[in-house]
Amino acid sequence: MATEVSMPKMGYDMESGKILRWLKQEGDPVAKGDAIAEIETDKVAIEIEAFASGILARILVPAGADAPVGSPIGWIAQPGEALPDAGALPVAATPSVVETSEVKVILAGESASASAATADGERIKASPLARRIAQDRSIDLGSISGTGPGGRIVKRDVEAFAAPVVALEASSPVPASVSAIAGGVVKPFSAMRKAIARRMVESKSPVPHFYVTMAVLMDEALALRQRINEKLAKEDRISVNDLIIKACAAALRKHPGLQAVYTPEGLQHPDTVSISVAVALEDGLIAPDIHDADIKSVGAIGNEVRDKAARARSGGLSPEEYGRGTFTVSNLGMYGVESFTAIITLPQSAAIAVGAVAAEAVVKDGQLAIGQVMRFTVSADHRITDGAGSAQFAAEVKRLLENPYQLLL
Amino acid sequence: MDALLQREMYRQMLLIRQFEEKCAELYAGAKIGGFLHLYIGQEAVAVGAVNAFGPGDDIITHYRDHGHALARGLESGPVMAELCGRETGVCKGRGGSMHIADVSRRMWGGYAIVGGHLPLAVGLAHGHQYRKTGGVVACFFGDASTDIGEFHEAMNFAALWKLPCVFICENNLYGMGVPITMNSAVQQIVEKARAYGMPSERVDGMDVEAVHAATLKAIAHCRAGDGPYFLETMTYRFRGHSMADPELYRDKAEVEEWKRKDPINAYRALLLTKNVLSEADAAEIESSVTAEVEACARFALESPFPAESSLYDHVYATPV
Amino acid sequence: MPIITYREALRQAIQEEMRQDPGVWILGQNIAAYGGTYAVTKGLFEEFGAERVRDTPIAEAGIIGMAIGSAMNGTRPIAEIMSINFTLVAIDQIINHAAKLHYMFGGQWSVPMVIRTASGYGQLSATHSQTFENFYAYIPGLKVVMPATPYDAKGMLKAAIRDNDPVMFIEHSNLYGIKGEVPEGDYVVPLGRSDVKRAGTDVTVVAYSSMLKPTLQVAEGLQGQGVSVEVVDLRSLRPLDLAPIVASVKKTNRLVVVEEGWRSYGVGAEVLASVQEQAFDWLDAPIQRVAGKEVPMPYAKNLEKLCVPSEADIEAAIRAVL
Repeated sequence: MATEVSMPKMGYDMESGKILRWLKQEGDPVAKGDAIAEIETDKVAIEIEAFASGILARILVPAGADAPVGSPIGWIAQPGEALPDAGALPVAATPSVVETSEVKVILAGESASASAATADGERIKASPLARRIAQDRSIDLGSISGTGPGGRIVKRDVEAFAAPVVALEASSPVPASVSAIAGGVVKPFSAMRKAIARRMVESKSPVPHFYVTMAVLMDEALALRQRINEKLAKEDRISVNDLIIKACAAALRKHPGLQAVYTPEGLQHPDTVSISVAVALEDGLIAPDIHDADIKSVGAIGNEVRDKAARARSGGLSPEEYGRGTFTVSNLGMYGVESFTAIITLPQSAAIAVGAVAAEAVVKDGQLAIGQVMRFTVSADHRITDGAGSAQFAAEVKRLLENPYQLLL
Repeated sequence: MDALLQREMYRQMLLIRQFEEKCAELYAGAKIGGFLHLYIGQEAVAVGAVNAFGPGDDIITHYRDHGHALARGLESGPVMAELCGRETGVCKGRGGSMHIADVSRRMWGGYAIVGGHLPLAVGLAHGHQYRKTGGVVACFFGDASTDIGEFHEAMNFAALWKLPCVFICENNLYGMGVPITMNSAVQQIVEKARAYGMPSERVDGMDVEAVHAATLKAIAHCRAGDGPYFLETMTYRFRGHSMADPELYRDKAEVEEWKRKDPINAYRALLLTKNVLSEADAAEIESSVTAEVEACARFALESPFPAESSLYDHVYATPV
Repeated sequence: MPIITYREALRQAIQEEMRQDPGVWILGQNIAAYGGTYAVTKGLFEEFGAERVRDTPIAEAGIIGMAIGSAMNGTRPIAEIMSINFTLVAIDQIINHAAKLHYMFGGQWSVPMVIRTASGYGQLSATHSQTFENFYAYIPGLKVVMPATPYDAKGMLKAAIRDNDPVMFIEHSNLYGIKGEVPEGDYVVPLGRSDVKRAGTDVTVVAYSSMLKPTLQVAEGLQGQGVSVEVVDLRSLRPLDLAPIVASVKKTNRLVVVEEGWRSYGVGAEVLASVQEQAFDWLDAPIQRVAGKEVPMPYAKNLEKLCVPSEADIEAAIRAVL
């Protein structure tokens, strides 16, 4: 049987060798132990021996060429023996394709990592760096869940906590298990998606949400908007959402209970009204803050929202520009959504979900008429406010939008 | 000399020779890793000397240790498996080529620190003296390890405390790539033994029966309680120091001259002349050795690697 | 209970073990008629004779190598190396042979020996005054212990002699004369255990060997100032018994480690790294190390004094974490 001659490993660290010269030619007889070629490694030039007897039937690697350790360089066979076809020579196994790793799907309802305030001496486990960031931002460590080793709060937990994201409660249920559904490719979660998932669960599970829906006649608001925009350059024009932001801000100034912050010790009442405006990104959401939205003009609000939304989409938003709001406005009207409900972004206490403006049949002065109707739903934390408080707030927002000239005050 | 012993010594030398050739093949095929030091050419020393000792005596040697192991009766399969780093190796794959050992045969190993095992040998001899067992130690080492400090400390201790140790210097004229003329101030190693007041003898290391006779004499001296004995065996390694040695430091002519004194060929011829072996006997021994070497390689290559879970086994003998 | 010196405690351990096990023998320089450089083996030559109490030439590598070989062949040697500084001459035998043979040969035999040696200084100059327990504590396969009290010395030396692994038993010239309660007769202190020598609540201080006594003195002094110091004696460097130290740090939230040797890459670095791995969230301050100054030990008395941690240094480190 023919014996393959391979580049021998002549030292523990040798990886390849160069054939300096063959000491036998094709067809020459070879005895086991004969020097058959001279090779060169990094360190030495050395003769290599034949490990079988016969004739040197084939030289595969000529003098002057390199070959990796273990690769075939020739064949020794008995006279007249056929060699395996070059094509049939065993090929080094190709490395197997790396399989995509399994992705753990974070399911709604699956509990988030244990609260960092463990029973272990009631000591909050947080890295020194995380503590410092939390201290800088006046965030209470007790309200953050840790994802670091041992459930410790680490830097990313504090930063994600300070970057509120609004989730949209879809009407269709989330599939219970991806693996039960055939086909498709599993794409690993981005860091943002993971943070959104975690924060939604953190909000939805413990916070007792309740909802108040209003239908608003937007005819006057649309007309006001049109009059204002007629005189403005295209890049300065206000949107319906800008009016809504202003209305909510003004309503919050009048009904500050809806922007109180829940802490275990009691309610914290921020001094300013800061509206977080949800902006859709390619792979998620972010909500830049508009501070003093009750004081700023609609035009100023519009400019600021446009600027921050653009920078949010290009990734140019800085950490100080989100995560500090007191109330969130989320608008899916551009998709024609009639209505939806929002999940509150902790540590806020309420949010508003705004649908599309659409022509509908309405009753005016006892007569059927066509009105421009928009529905919004206020989500509120029932630990800090009850139905009446939310209803009053919602009524005020509706009133301002239906009497929009008051927004200019 | 007993004919059975003569045949056995011939067989052992042949086994060592073919085993070492197989090692070279496996090393080139990356089945044996690290360093590989072949004993080819020196077979008469290990075989002649080891066969002079009894089962209660000790063998301890340097890193070119496969020959001493096989001469001491370690089975070729587990020895090859050790070289291939397998679970079935004599040291469960933890030692490798330079550390072949079998405590049940009182083969205490090959050692990789040059000269480092000489104090251990002297300590083994002390153990025999202290426990009054009558045992004697065979300590093999190369000519180049007679220049290092621990050689001298061991020689002094052995002579001073009259310890039963036979020092067997395998003088193959080279310390790796440097000839003895450039390593040692004194060219005849026996002179170093004389410096310690130790009886000594210089022996033709290519003549297995001469080695055997000299070793028997040395052992008798030690067993009588008269202290250590020193043998300098003149021998030669036909291959390089280790596998990647192009032997630029010595003449091809010198190698060829020593190959003409091949101890195995010489002994075969001698035994045929003396009718201890017939051609048929010799052929039978040869083919059985070839079969044994093929089998031990197969055994080694088919054996599993040690379980990863065993990594921490044998760090301590007494658990804490 | 009798009160005896550390030196006498060691002698009792050796003597009792030699009486009980004929395989135990001792070797080293000047240990026989001379009685040992530090008088530990005094009287043993007279009782056990030249075969079992054996003077050796000055050949540390040979001494240790011989002891290893003899231990392989059925005896239980206790090799004395006069100073830990001289163990460096034998370090190849200690590391490449004593520590590794059991593992390297697949568990076929072990090396049941004890190497007794001593740290210490006293204007002995640079090559006689350092301490190298960290070199040996680094090595898998070795056991390394440094008892600080007569009670621990006797009990741990007995445990070391009975142990089937090579044990570096490191004494200290400052300790030989200290006195403490030691039971008569047989008892063993297991290797691989640290020990709370003084309970406290405000800060944990880990010390060992020559540093235990000054640490305890500082703790006493601070008690009067309303600071409660818990002192843990390592006793064993390999294996290192972290559990009592971690438990202590979880209680006090502060740690100081004291060692005589050079600071960089020392024992303190190991304790510190391991404690922060296991008790990171219980630390209220960075861990402090008190260690020797990084120079070869000078001869001049005042300079030498600077090199070794003082009570003032220990106290300053404690205050730095409070």
